[in-house]
Amino acid sequence: MADEMPSDLDIDAAAGDAPLLELTGLDVRFDTPDGEIHAVRGIDLALNPGETLAVVGESGSGKSQTMMAAMGLLARNGRVAGSVRYRGREILGLPSRALDEIRGARIAMIFQEPMTSLDPLYTIGSQLAEPLARHKRLGARAARERAVELLALVGIPDPERRLRAYPHELSGGQRQRVMIAMALAAEPDVLIADEPTTALDVTVQAQIIELLRSLQRRFRMGIVFITHDLGLARHFADRVAVMRYGQVVEEGPASQVLSRPAHDYTRMLLASEPSGTKAPPPEDAPVVLEAQGLDVTFHIGGGWLAGPPLEIHAVDRVSLTLKRGQTIGIVGESGSGKSTLGRALIRLIDGKGDIRLFGRPVGELDAAGLRALRRQVQIVFQDPYGSLSPRMTVGEIVSEGLRVHEPELDARSRERQVIAALEDVTLDPALRNRYPHEFSGGQRQRIAIARALILKPRVLVLDEPTSALDRSVQKGIVELLRRLQREHGLSYLFISHDLSVVRALSDWIMVMRRGQLVEAGPTEDVYEAPAAAYTRELIAAAYGLSDREQAGRR
Amino acid sequence: MIRYVLRRLLTAIPTLFLIVTLSFFLLRVAPGGPFSQERGLSPEVKANLERVYQLDAPLWRQYLNYLADLLHGNFGPSYNLPDFTVADLFRVGLPVSVQLGASALILALVLGSVLGIVAALRQNRAGDYAVVALATAGSTIPTFVIAPLYQLVFALTLAWVPVAGWGGGAFINKIGPVLTLALPQIAIVARLMRGAMIEALRANHIRTARALGLGGWSVVVRHALRGALLPIISYAGPAAAALLTGSVVVETVFAIPGVGRYFVDAALNRDYTLVMGTVVVIAVFVIVFNLIVDLLYALVDPRVRYD
Repeated sequence: MADEMPSDLDIDAAAGDAPLLELTGLDVRFDTPDGEIHAVRGIDLALNPGETLAVVGESGSGKSQTMMAAMGLLARNGRVAGSVRYRGREILGLPSRALDEIRGARIAMIFQEPMTSLDPLYTIGSQLAEPLARHKRLGARAARERAVELLALVGIPDPERRLRAYPHELSGGQRQRVMIAMALAAEPDVLIADEPTTALDVTVQAQIIELLRSLQRRFRMGIVFITHDLGLARHFADRVAVMRYGQVVEEGPASQVLSRPAHDYTRMLLASEPSGTKAPPPEDAPVVLEAQGLDVTFHIGGGWLAGPPLEIHAVDRVSLTLKRGQTIGIVGESGSGKSTLGRALIRLIDGKGDIRLFGRPVGELDAAGLRALRRQVQIVFQDPYGSLSPRMTVGEIVSEGLRVHEPELDARSRERQVIAALEDVTLDPALRNRYPHEFSGGQRQRIAIARALILKPRVLVLDEPTSALDRSVQKGIVELLRRLQREHGLSYLFISHDLSVVRALSDWIMVMRRGQLVEAGPTEDVYEAPAAAYTRELIAAAYGLSDREQAGRR
Repeated sequence: MIRYVLRRLLTAIPTLFLIVTLSFFLLRVAPGGPFSQERGLSPEVKANLERVYQLDAPLWRQYLNYLADLLHGNFGPSYNLPDFTVADLFRVGLPVSVQLGASALILALVLGSVLGIVAALRQNRAGDYAVVALATAGSTIPTFVIAPLYQLVFALTLAWVPVAGWGGGAFINKIGPVLTLALPQIAIVARLMRGAMIEALRANHIRTARALGLGGWSVVVRHALRGALLPIISYAGPAAAALLTGSVVVETVFAIPGVGRYFVDAALNRDYTLVMGTVVVIAVFVIVFNLIVDLLYALVDPRVRYD
């Protein structure tokens, strides 16, 4: 009964053979204090019923802003020109009241950030009921019943009970399912998915893509799939449009564009998928870092009259041996304990177990001894935006470690070392008096690496150093890390959820899940013949979606 | 939840004890005493007075006596207003101050919020600039300027309202004091609300609501406003405690028989018991309103849990 709703719009009748959604000469500009930004430069795109169109491109290519503009969701300083037709009817420039008859009802959109795209203050049920009440005119009871059906449809177990849950009580994957349920509430025939799986773990990503596919078949929806992941686009899309600098540089059937690209930029994008392998260090290479039965437990909450604290076993008796010149890749999904392991190894977090650095037990060291050892072991963090102080110049950031470890150094020789370190990571040393916000993500990550390198460490812990970067930028960082390892004889602990980068960089791999080591071994052995079921699942999720041909090419 | 409230109330006891102890001794460190200012008081009379009020006993003795009295709900006599006990003074004055303070608080929260929301929705347009200008004026012009101006214009020139006095709590007598109390608060609440709403409207889930075609009302009120309430609530708690316990300036200018004047007068006159009584009353208000703020937080934001 919930499905029977007379359409008060006459668009269905006018449909004919027109594309579901047609953008013509769409142009988006933003007025900013630094002048005008021309984000989208007159692009044409069309989506047919039942079709999946992938819009791919790197950050800043304008792929998201194109769709935000089509939906009337641009920021206040955005201006849009051109035409957006839904089933032949112009919707660009409609007053918001008229637009709200189409947004959410005919064209729905889901977003990248499942953590923040739902209102944290309302229950799932209450948020699901809103579009149902708005577009389907359902009463409270009917909306509730329909909400249960929708949650079941998107594969949320025990939907009756889940209606009363708040977003923070759900996992990322579940929130994205709820988001999809909300988008589908009014049975739209266009779904715009803006990087819907980017923030999710690979196994969850595979499930969400499967879900979108089956829903598409069921409702004959057209899907616009915005992504930076070419593997995902090839796997999921019928047609692909490649965007760069606000323009479509190439468009065509997915199989053609992604295997026989006509445009240089597409070729460059394809070539920046991580490739290559790492040879293991010589047998007799000295051991630099060794851990036996490392164990980390977190205590959460507790206190006076509040009962015992909650215990979380983040790392459960994990051992490893890192040799000179070796790269150990630590992979696992969020919450697997891989970052905690990395931090515990260099004593940023206290854990139990035996850690030996260059043969010396770390546990027996006092503060001064620990500081001396720290110099040899540096860490680079994932977030190139958050991990550099915005109030310090690049020169100050890079030289800060020297001030601690070599306080006797005078300003001139410190300056010399800063210049050398910046040159080492191929950044122009003339930029050292600028502030981090003036640099791109990839440049910032180079600054972070320079900050670690200036102390001439022997071990680098790299905690997802490439995860926030575009593939082409990532490629540069991967090559930089390879070169630095060769030149300085560095050992890496490379922590990542990205299996293809880990494969390209490391010669030994450790797979973690729920704090425990699932499997470890030489990288190629593990990738070719994973022993543990979980590793198989992980690889299937990553490579099943990602490039099959590429796997064949290797 | 009940366990949490109980725990909070239990932890309030040592807090209060600390405040009482500290104020008691700090007050005695100040030179002079309740009877040292009165001229022509012969030493015998002064000694007599001090004996009556047990001010001749050793300090620790006086402290323990005061604590014992306090535990029995006895705030002691006022030294400078000898016909009244401290409790009497509060019984008469507190309702007056609370009435004025509560009216000002409600006015500030409602009007300030509305202005703030309007400004946020019209960000960087005329309406926004008007609100921001008003807010700046409201929080920079001192009460002791606004109150006499009000009297000059509306009471003396236009003769619409009485100049001062409580008038047994007549509505027309309350307008001036309430407005004077509320004005700076309106300004602060409007500014807070404007910032909170602008922040809230930028959230990703607001974009979701817009993309779902939920429209203005749902977006602004249901999703943005509820989130924007949190900073207002945390400001309103301490502000309520301050407003409800009276204002020296407003009560003096408008000759209001509230408790706001007691604190300053009593401190100047070394009216020990009255100062202590005021400290205890204000401390209780602050503790209670902070608790209320935390409970409201949990009500508005389901992520906040106390157990």
